[in-house]
Amino acid sequence: MPTFELTPAMMREIIMDHYSSPRHKVTPEGEGYETLHSSSINCIDDIDVFLKFDGNGKVKDACWNGTACAISTASSDILCDLLIGHDEKEAKYIIDQYRKMIHEEPYDSSVLEEALAFMNTGRQAARIHCALIGWDAVEEILKGHHHE
Amino acid sequence: MYDVYKIRNDFPMLREPQTMQGHPLVFLDNASTTFKPDRVLDAMDVYNRKETANSHRGDYDLCNKADRAVAKARESVARFLNAGVNEIVFTAGATSALNLVAYGYCLKVLKPGDEILISLAEHASNVLPWFRIASLTGAKVKYIPLSEGNRITVEAVKTALTPHTKFVSVAYVGNVLGYIAPIKEIAALAHANGAVLCVDGAQSTPHLKTDVKDLDCDFLAFSGHKFCAPTGTGALYGKYDLLCAMDPFETGGGMNVKFYPDGTATYLLPPMKFEAGTLNVAGIIGLGEAVEYVSSIGLEEISAHEHMLKAYAVEKLLATGMVDIYNADSEGGIVTFNVHGVFSQDFATYLNAQGIACRSGQHCAKMLNDVLCVPATVRASFYLYTTKEEIDALVEAVKHGGNFLDAYF
Repeated sequence: MPTFELTPAMMREIIMDHYSSPRHKVTPEGEGYETLHSSSINCIDDIDVFLKFDGNGKVKDACWNGTACAISTASSDILCDLLIGHDEKEAKYIIDQYRKMIHEEPYDSSVLEEALAFMNTGRQAARIHCALIGWDAVEEILKGHHHE
Repeated sequence: MYDVYKIRNDFPMLREPQTMQGHPLVFLDNASTTFKPDRVLDAMDVYNRKETANSHRGDYDLCNKADRAVAKARESVARFLNAGVNEIVFTAGATSALNLVAYGYCLKVLKPGDEILISLAEHASNVLPWFRIASLTGAKVKYIPLSEGNRITVEAVKTALTPHTKFVSVAYVGNVLGYIAPIKEIAALAHANGAVLCVDGAQSTPHLKTDVKDLDCDFLAFSGHKFCAPTGTGALYGKYDLLCAMDPFETGGGMNVKFYPDGTATYLLPPMKFEAGTLNVAGIIGLGEAVEYVSSIGLEEISAHEHMLKAYAVEKLLATGMVDIYNADSEGGIVTFNVHGVFSQDFATYLNAQGIACRSGQHCAKMLNDVLCVPATVRASFYLYTTKEEIDALVEAVKHGGNFLDAYF
């Protein structure tokens, strides 16, 4: 569990902050990015995610772009924050813990940082896929990733 | 005198108060689907519990009863649209009716270079079948440009028709904005051009008195569940001569006369020619009852009620100073809007948290949002049982829409 109690006000502030000024919402121009498109049949969210690895197999840059609601915007943006500096195995662990949290199963909160703001997403069942759309896409990229 | 509270008492979903997220349910997604009155549910229940038999498959009384129930429903639907009884083909809904026209009629008659004319405001069901037919026949899909107010105008249809236009298909009432298209005039223009007119009546049939003879459309497709009938029901109206000229889309039992080992087969006359397999008997019985129910209230009265609600909703929503409305002047009981600074999907989630059912997104008309210049909208849609109090609940939610993340905390 978190070392401090996240209040609803704090969670709201985290989501609004990443929604109104996302840090990683950009289509990268440089080379070496692996990318995947992600969309949903039952909502408007329609995004691309981009990952770039450094020579040591760690995520050097992560970004996303597209049309998205507050939940998918903020969750994808926070995901990018969390991934940078981690290798494939660590990234998979973080995503796995987040997925458990969203589905209201026991999870390791120590790796989720600001992503803990989404712990109540289950209250709006129709938005669960919004909270996962970027995470699902990154997981797909990681599955197919073989760093040299 | 239109008594909406008395009408609500006919619907179990409204009479036995339902809740959503701990609030009384306010259902403002009637363009998507509608509730069913007792009359519809009871008639289906009697068939399922006491009178189950297949239609046209047996020599016993129960089977004959099912036959008569289907025939009665067909008569009800024909009377409802002012069509001939043999001009009504039962389908699973508007989508399957439009696909029947696509594969039964268009695939047979369209040639490379022919043009299919639709509009940019059409629902996917009135777009994608024509894309498929175009790719199979070599015909082209062309678009009627929308006017500045996002209407389909007679002038726009005139400019879009060419000597190659052989088939026109438009919605009588648009499912996103609720504008009424001038179908009668479009029919005259299409016919003068040598083209056939198909009408997507999914959003018009529940709300507007429809007279296919007066409109002079060649085909009209509708879904039952948008006017109090069960899901999986609907019909295609087609002028009898056209139905005769059409190929069946599905073949099998119940639609053939004879067939032989050499591969020859003869089919029944329309409408049976297009109703292969066991019919959705319970659903068709429900559809017939829904038609009678809606007719007993009166289509003109329902239209007037929705018109009153639309004006009320537009006035109250605009008074908040917090919304953009994209169809304030449309005739249908649909308000399509966005709350300032709130993404439509986030607002719809907030409404869910208040027990209010509204749709957000592109409403299956994915070409229209480029015309509106917004990625998505919130749609509140009304029906015969919608009250002013329900609209007040929506307006109240709009006033607090800036707090949309409350839905999660």
